[in-house]
Amino acid sequence: MRHSFIALAAMAVLAGCTGKKAKDTFVYCSEGSPSLFNPILVTDGTSNDASSRPIFNRLVDFKPGTTEVIPSLATEWEVSQDGKVYTFKLRKGVPFHTTADFTPTREFNADDVIFTFARPQDKENPYNKISGGNYVYFNAMKMGELIKEIKKINDHEVQFVLTQPEAPFLANLAMDFASIHSKEYADKMLEVGTPERVDTNPVGTGPFVFKSYVKDTAIRFEANKTYFAGTPQINKLVFLITPDPSVRFQKLKAGECDFINEPSPTDLKAIKDDPNIKLVSMSGLNVGYLSMNVQKKPFDNVKVRQAVNFALNRESYIDAIYFGNAKVAKNPIPPSMWSYNNEVPGYSYDIEKAKQLLKEAGYADGFETELWALPVSRPYNPNGKKMAELMQADLAKIGIKVKIVTYDWPTYLAKAEKLEHEMLQLGWNGDNGDPDNFLDHLLGCDGVKYGSNNAGWCYKPFDALVKEAKRVTTQAEREALYKKSQQIVFEQAPWVPLAHSTVYRAMRANVSGYTLSPLATNNFDQVVLK
Amino acid sequence: MLQFLVKRLLIAVPTLLGVSILAFSLIRMVPGDPVRLLLGERGGDPKVYQEMRSNLGLDRPIIEQYFLFIGGAVQGDLGKSIHSKQPVIKEFWARFPATVELGVAGLFLAVILGIPMGIVAAVNRSKFPDYFLMGGALVGYSMPIFWWGLILILFFSISLGITPVSGRLSVIYDVDPVTGFLLIDTWLSGAGPAAFFDAIAHLALPAMALGTVPLAAIARMTRSSLLEVLKEDYIRTAKAKGLLAYQVVTKHALRNALIPIVTIVGIMFGSILTGAILTETIFSWPGIGKWLVQSVTSRDYPVIQGGVLLISLMVILVNTFVDFLYHVINPTLRDQL
Repeated sequence: MRHSFIALAAMAVLAGCTGKKAKDTFVYCSEGSPSLFNPILVTDGTSNDASSRPIFNRLVDFKPGTTEVIPSLATEWEVSQDGKVYTFKLRKGVPFHTTADFTPTREFNADDVIFTFARPQDKENPYNKISGGNYVYFNAMKMGELIKEIKKINDHEVQFVLTQPEAPFLANLAMDFASIHSKEYADKMLEVGTPERVDTNPVGTGPFVFKSYVKDTAIRFEANKTYFAGTPQINKLVFLITPDPSVRFQKLKAGECDFINEPSPTDLKAIKDDPNIKLVSMSGLNVGYLSMNVQKKPFDNVKVRQAVNFALNRESYIDAIYFGNAKVAKNPIPPSMWSYNNEVPGYSYDIEKAKQLLKEAGYADGFETELWALPVSRPYNPNGKKMAELMQADLAKIGIKVKIVTYDWPTYLAKAEKLEHEMLQLGWNGDNGDPDNFLDHLLGCDGVKYGSNNAGWCYKPFDALVKEAKRVTTQAEREALYKKSQQIVFEQAPWVPLAHSTVYRAMRANVSGYTLSPLATNNFDQVVLK
Repeated sequence: MLQFLVKRLLIAVPTLLGVSILAFSLIRMVPGDPVRLLLGERGGDPKVYQEMRSNLGLDRPIIEQYFLFIGGAVQGDLGKSIHSKQPVIKEFWARFPATVELGVAGLFLAVILGIPMGIVAAVNRSKFPDYFLMGGALVGYSMPIFWWGLILILFFSISLGITPVSGRLSVIYDVDPVTGFLLIDTWLSGAGPAAFFDAIAHLALPAMALGTVPLAAIARMTRSSLLEVLKEDYIRTAKAKGLLAYQVVTKHALRNALIPIVTIVGIMFGSILTGAILTETIFSWPGIGKWLVQSVTSRDYPVIQGGVLLISLMVILVNTFVDFLYHVINPTLRDQL
């Protein structure tokens, strides 16, 4: 009797304990643990969501929901005639966060901008080697070679002098890695002998102040009451780390989270049917593609590449692989990006044309080849293995016998960079909304050297266009060049562009004010809980 | 006894050396390196790639890397994680208590339910309770944890709504880790009984998921071990002198049957550390299992080699302790202590 009473009491206590949360707290169930809280050192969206977006600002930022560059810590800027000098006027009266480690004695100024870029660029900077010293994005955007010097004109004006004109430069400055750090905080941490705290206990100017991080469990933030763009509506922001997508959905249903990242495609229907849950979506700034190694036979022959384009029934992949949550691609860049060339006809599904082209190329009986299936699930291609099987069946119809090969992810990347493959599935998520970030990076001649152009396709007429587009500064001129370049990609067909997938976020019905970013980052500064 | 402990710990040294060589070399035999992973789809300038490798010390000869690792390990320094740039030891201790808390809770459930189940089955040999319990144990033993975990969530958290879906504590409780054991920290931090019971509610489902396989194993072991003992002459004698059935079982049979059970509980603790990998992933439990899996996929060499070494050390310590208990329980071995 006594035991059953205790059991009942325990059950009652347990029942009272499920999924509690306070009303002014916004709980975001995130997909993983951040590596560090410094955007310049990280490469993954998870770490950027936890650092760059809530804690920091950049000189310029992307307008919510777009990739348009707008003023942030810089209020205005001028670009010199030759496109090599950028002069920024800095915002006045912006305080850095006060945290347990640090109380700022001065406001944001030019010294902070100079420190931010000196850390990755200047090997003599005391912070250069701290926390591993690997600046992947800074190097990938070639900022080190590009920035000749940064001059302080006065406390509220800085000048970037570049080695060459670079039209995407402003968009690069809006990327997470260019988040502005406090020099005063860095100096103080250096003085007390704990410089690495700059990367684990961040101080920024952004909408939320970092409070604590319990590893693999939760990250806590509080609203920045002195935020220059206005105090956020939610008082406390908690990232609850929940790696399994089905568990995230269950927690959302149970009200333990207000918002979840990347719901699993298989849960989308259940999410849409639930009246307590809202689903928002946006055509993502991404592309999934099949690249053909033009440095190997028979893909050195443009007719073979075109034949493969005609032979693949990409419409059928949208249903089978993306559950309908994607659009068939015809260009390397997504339709939501400026300079998208809608005039490009694209390849339809046409077996006869494909056979004809193969015959003209001298492969009337087809040939044998290898197709590498993407080993990881990515928004641009959620199931590489299954897609490879569909491709195998499609290509068999024109006599191409495909052997499906795959490796684990790091191996796959390493071998793809060395162009060991014949056909390869891969994809790309845009970094900054600039077409250069797709076209030159993935298909330009430099990309063959640097391993990002895995068709091995270095085609001078195309390369000349995208290089020229970096030098001219007016958007209209650039747009014309990029449109031409897309036509060339279509004709030369180094890829089969597969799909642009849709990005989803799910939240409780009482959440409003969230704007989905085409760059798939998560910002909660405008969110309201009703 | 001191001699026994010293002997056991000396045997541990070559074991740990072997483990360190295996962990160090196996992960390096797997193709793909951490720098390539950091670069991802983006590729990279070969110069930058080389510079990143040298920043991580990966360009040194492999033998030199091993001796740097083992030399550091002897002095208690296992290097820094490539992912988080934090010392591996610090990262380990930030997560190990969570795994121990979960493992102890799972094992506790397994023992308090498994032993009575085994006794009931043995006493009712070849009758309905025996078939029912052992059938259940077989199902439990073969249950895939990831599936069982999700079923538990669906039933208890979604349908009944009596337990939280995942995690260790509700967000309203902001408890700073002191010992890392939340059942203790909730009291130390002054969050009070509500937070303590909240932590227990969070612990319930993962402990059930993790405890199921050991529970089945313990129940089956208890049954067979007890059946063995019940055949002995001294049990017949005990019955003959008129003792009640439950007295025979609890006073005479169980004590002798307990020896193999203690062994299996000890072994189970080692396997619970591995079972924790799946359970921790499903229930977003911030322990070492999840940490190691992540480090393998990201080729975080220092974490893998250091983490495996530390876990092996823990398993060796637990096994030594179990052996010690074994000698205490079994009087014929006691003089070997």
